[in-house]
Amino acid sequence: MPAVSKGDGMRGLAVFISDIRNCKSKEAEIKRINKELANIRSKFKGDKALDGYSKKKYVCKLLFIFLLGHDIDFGHMEAVNLLSSNKYTEKQIGYLFISVLVNSNSELIRLINNAIKNDLSSRNPTFMCLALHCIANVGSREMAEAFAGEIPRILVAGDTMDSVKQSAALCLLRLYKASPDLVLMGEWTSRVVHLLNDQHMGVVTAAISLITCLSSKNPDEFKTCVSLAVSRLSRIVSSASTDLQDYTYYFVPAPWLSCKLLRLLQCYPPPEDGAVKGRLVECLETILNKAQEPPKSKKVQHSNAKNAILFEAISLIIHYDSEPNLLVRACNQLGQFLQHRETNLRYLALESMCTLASSEFSHEAVKTHIETVINALKTERDVSVRQRAADLLYAMCDRSNAKQIVAEMLSYLETADYSIREEMVLKVAILAEKYAVDYSWYVDTILNLIRIAGDYVSEEVWYRVIQIVINRDDVQGYAAKTVFEALQAPACHENMVKVGGYILGEFGNLIAGDPRSSPLVQFNLLHSKFHLCSVPTRALLLSAYIKFINLFPETKATIQEVLRSDSQIRNSDVELQQRAVEYLKLSSIASTDVLATVLEEMPPFPERESSILAKLKKKKGPGAVSVELEDGKERGELNGGADRGGEAAIAASNASTPSPSSDLLGLRSAAPVGGPAPSAGSLLVDVFSEAGPAASSTRVNDDGFLSSAPPSAASEDPAPPLPESDELLNKFVCKNNGVLFENQLLQIGIKSEYRQNLGRMYLFYGNKTSVQFVSFTTTVSCPGELQSQLNVQTKPVEPLVEGGAQVQQVINIECLTDFVDAPLLNIKFRYGGALQNITLKLPVTINKFFQPTEMAAADFFQRWKQLSQPQQEAQKIFKASHGMDTEVLKAKLLGLGTALLENVDPNPENYVCAGVIQTKIQQVGCLLRLEPNAQAQPGEQMYRLTLRSSKDTVSQRVCDLLAEQF
Amino acid sequence: MIGGLFIYNHKGEVLISRVYRDDIGRHAVDAFRVNVIHARQQVRSPVTNIARTSFFHVKRSNIWLAAVTKQNVNAAMVFEFLYKMCDVMAAYFGKISEENIKNNFVLIYELLDEILDFGYPQNSETGALKTFITQQGIKGQHQTKEEQSQITSQVTGQIGWRREGIKYRRNELFLDVLESVNLLMSPQGQVLSAHVSGRVVMKSYLSGMPECKFGMNDKIVIDKAGKGGVTDDVAKSTTGKQSIAIDDCTFNQCVRLSKFDSERSISFIPPDGEYELMRYRTTKDIILPFRVIPLVREVGRTKLEVKVVIKSNFKPSLLAQKIEVRIPTPLNTSGVQVICMKGKAKYKASENAIVWKIKRMAGMKESQISAEIELLPTNDKKKWARPPISMNFEVPFAPSGLKVRYLKVFESKLNYSDHDVIKWVRYIGRSGIYETRC
Repeated sequence: MPAVSKGDGMRGLAVFISDIRNCKSKEAEIKRINKELANIRSKFKGDKALDGYSKKKYVCKLLFIFLLGHDIDFGHMEAVNLLSSNKYTEKQIGYLFISVLVNSNSELIRLINNAIKNDLSSRNPTFMCLALHCIANVGSREMAEAFAGEIPRILVAGDTMDSVKQSAALCLLRLYKASPDLVLMGEWTSRVVHLLNDQHMGVVTAAISLITCLSSKNPDEFKTCVSLAVSRLSRIVSSASTDLQDYTYYFVPAPWLSCKLLRLLQCYPPPEDGAVKGRLVECLETILNKAQEPPKSKKVQHSNAKNAILFEAISLIIHYDSEPNLLVRACNQLGQFLQHRETNLRYLALESMCTLASSEFSHEAVKTHIETVINALKTERDVSVRQRAADLLYAMCDRSNAKQIVAEMLSYLETADYSIREEMVLKVAILAEKYAVDYSWYVDTILNLIRIAGDYVSEEVWYRVIQIVINRDDVQGYAAKTVFEALQAPACHENMVKVGGYILGEFGNLIAGDPRSSPLVQFNLLHSKFHLCSVPTRALLLSAYIKFINLFPETKATIQEVLRSDSQIRNSDVELQQRAVEYLKLSSIASTDVLATVLEEMPPFPERESSILAKLKKKKGPGAVSVELEDGKERGELNGGADRGGEAAIAASNASTPSPSSDLLGLRSAAPVGGPAPSAGSLLVDVFSEAGPAASSTRVNDDGFLSSAPPSAASEDPAPPLPESDELLNKFVCKNNGVLFENQLLQIGIKSEYRQNLGRMYLFYGNKTSVQFVSFTTTVSCPGELQSQLNVQTKPVEPLVEGGAQVQQVINIECLTDFVDAPLLNIKFRYGGALQNITLKLPVTINKFFQPTEMAAADFFQRWKQLSQPQQEAQKIFKASHGMDTEVLKAKLLGLGTALLENVDPNPENYVCAGVIQTKIQQVGCLLRLEPNAQAQPGEQMYRLTLRSSKDTVSQRVCDLLAEQF
Repeated sequence: MIGGLFIYNHKGEVLISRVYRDDIGRHAVDAFRVNVIHARQQVRSPVTNIARTSFFHVKRSNIWLAAVTKQNVNAAMVFEFLYKMCDVMAAYFGKISEENIKNNFVLIYELLDEILDFGYPQNSETGALKTFITQQGIKGQHQTKEEQSQITSQVTGQIGWRREGIKYRRNELFLDVLESVNLLMSPQGQVLSAHVSGRVVMKSYLSGMPECKFGMNDKIVIDKAGKGGVTDDVAKSTTGKQSIAIDDCTFNQCVRLSKFDSERSISFIPPDGEYELMRYRTTKDIILPFRVIPLVREVGRTKLEVKVVIKSNFKPSLLAQKIEVRIPTPLNTSGVQVICMKGKAKYKASENAIVWKIKRMAGMKESQISAEIELLPTNDKKKWARPPISMNFEVPFAPSGLKVRYLKVFESKLNYSDHDVIKWVRYIGRSGIYETRC
């Protein structure tokens, strides 16, 4: 090898690379590479020893070929040999090859680790750095296992060079991130913190990255770093720009280090030590002051560095959220940026302001910038900035400015980017609902919303309008008028048709007095949209038509004509066809009284959390919705929501049977198979009469509609549980004895007692007739997972029950763990040859296993606080269905099994209870708080029920059970 | 319905872009470049589907031709068109290269306008195209109105491929039977798959509008001739030769298909100059010109011994030419020693193969090569896949056994007869993919 080429140049490598670059095609490149690989293979064959230079050159070529995307399956040994060379360049190439190409080849790893160990223990700082970089680059588990103990030692050793310390800190950070379990905390941790005081700024910068990462996992161990960081920060902030020499970047002293320090401080709460806190506040003020100073340089790097520190400081201020003065200053500072010509700054300012808006101290300050933000929303060219502006508007909205903001957002929606429209729509809908003062405004807003951005209005939004309109009597007329007007537009969105159909179907009568919106006009208007709509909407419109027949008998002929037309009654869609057939029959058979009952106005929806908010949360991920609903009362006032939407509700009130051929209202199966009682009077009336003999073969629905149940009476399988059984279950939540079930044949009485996790229940079956029951059997079953949660044992009963006699059955119950469902009791017997098959839910609920616990107020609140995790709490707000009689309430709460604690809640009207649920596996402590608003008008009275327990399923279940009781 | 046609150079730069239909957007050009030309993994399929758009491509030297469509087209038609397009371009300006395409881009756009209309292929007969698309441009030629109208009537007429009034002093006719034989053989000498794809290429210099009739020893044609009371055996004895079974064939547009259907005779009015009369494929009774006998022995992990014998299997009087045997070597080869009896052999590292070349070899001979391959031990436990040994050659006969029986020329208007035409027939058999596993 000529001496000339022995420099760092590696001519052969350069030639090879230029050959590759000059290749005309992929094929030519592959050919060249194959040739080179063959050459290298022949060189590595091992006949003669290669000198370090050629080894380095060939390893370099292999590396290059590998980086081009070809497989390399040899040369590892040569690379490892290079590691033991004493020349820097050779060692460096060796390490490079290893970091890029290493795989978990056991023998090689051992050799590599050995070489690294040698380099780490050598006193040569460059070699140590190379080794550390290699460990960090590979970062595998094997590496971590071998060196996780060694590196901290190097890091904190007194005699280590600064550059090595830097590398060691970063290497350790990498290993910690890759396999945190292998990097063990030890006495070195405290010494790492003291690296913050190191003379060398590079070491501090490297160490702070490590500390930030470590302290986010174990904050307690690194608590001491706060004061050190603050003092370091104050030294940097107060230093003149020339003090730090190499670490001054465009007149900004150590910007990276400052940012990292500020970020580290964000891992901790505000310092408790007054002096430290004072110093920190001083620092932050200095940073804010500096932002006001005129720039020392026109260069973009200067302002970037300065702003980086400023934004980091602002996020620290937001994190602390305790210094009103600083928060307001930060807000003002950001306000200046809102109009800055740098797009990135505007974006960051909007983003930070969004978090500021949620702080109580700065909310008002943020609100002063509303005009600017609205302007940004309108004129900003960058869509991401517009998005942030919209977010900020949403965050800063409150009762005072809701109308303005909603109006602006609506007007922006017309031109908004497609990607953010749906989110905007949800936000507008939520704001409109949340801050609505009068409902006509709310209705206007939402209808406008549907008009402007109909495609982006999700189901939840229009369900919500309907829920609110139905729950609020005062807006119904206005809503009907508005939708009627909106529908008159030549082209209107399908969602508008849905809302229109629903509202006119319910409240069309409120505007029928006006000749311009007479019933026929309303119907014709709706029907003109019919053919342009999709199947679900058409189905909804058909339901609206049948409601019209009820509301305006004069339209009956017209509507029947429409229903009878071939396009309805022979529609290819099963649902539409069925609705048409059923409604037609219903309108022609049923008398007006029956019609009025069947097609009564929808009952108000139960009050629940807004489904729109849930949707937005889902869309943006947890934590993104910064504005929570404020207060339970406010919620109760407005959120008449139900998770199931209007469509679901309407479907439930319709007889949507599985097969189109099945009879309307299940009339065919309604003829009681084993029914001894003759049907009295009209069949329909009979069907509607509660708890009729047909109860075992048809199911009565709350809404007065029937779904055709399979003729279960004839089958031997246990019948599905009676629909009333849930109600029956609720009856027994707060009491242990009573009549569980009664019909013309049979009465079932119940008596039960519970101790700890055990219970005994006596069932009394009374034969009310004078004929004996034959083959009388009862079975208790635990469906699904209940089997593993509850242990139920029964004794069989006599198969014969004489007329007028009573038999008794004992059931032993053991609660293994908490449960939700109730066990099923199936009773079968033959009465006069006909098989009776009844399934009921046994009133065994989780609260039966309560042990009351007495405690003092302080005790109670301490425990209450301990159970503060969100999943441990279950809350419900619901309307009072009975009067708010204190004694009755107390009796019910005691019946629940808990101890009623007096003089605990500061508000004497509230009820507070405590108890422990005993199960075989565990005990679940449970705290309860019931807040009535007794002053409200009867009918408006609401309860807020909050439950906290150490198990989330328990809280939820008990809350559900109890909510039905009041 | 081709939506568009693009031509790229090897770097993926667009040389020609012609879009015929609205459903092909601008991004289609880039989509093909990114997903096929610059793809990480080499794309081997000639049809690529990207975002519900189909790209059909062929490659000529370093040039990519890609046809694009959004519809469900007949892929064979598209490829036929692309190959025809290559032929037309080659007929106009010779070799298809980046240089030539750049120099002739006006001409190419003109051709593309002519041979594709709204994505439907039109007349792509080179002879006909040359009458009205010329390289000199409009000024260079002095066509009278009459001539122009003649061209129009000819191109749009019934016999669009031949103009009237052609005159030659010597009526000559050249007929080439070109075949390529494909084979995959097991190491034990068992034929795993074999087929011959052949073409009959004609060069005709005939006066007037002659009517030609072509006959060969195809089973269908002979059987047809033999019907009329004579059995197959008699037919064979009368012809004295073996007939062959053609699996499928396609004809030039000049062949009257109705006549082929009804009478099984191939009759046509030939275009002037060179053209491909028919294409066919056979899979039965193929004469394999060469037999390759491989012997591979692995000696430990670092050595491989290879011995390959080739035997020629045709009449000793015939000479095979341009014989090349390619023996693949493992990827970790670090050195090769070769000894061969005949010809030259060399290890080509860039192709990972030993290439053995023999200029000429007579029939019924055999020759052999032996090589020692040294291997470098690697970390990989992967076993060498042993790709097959491939072979190239050229022999002066048709491996399918096809024979031209006659080619008769009738020209009623002019006074020359079949006997006056000078006819030349030539057979060339080449190797396609001719591989033996080892």
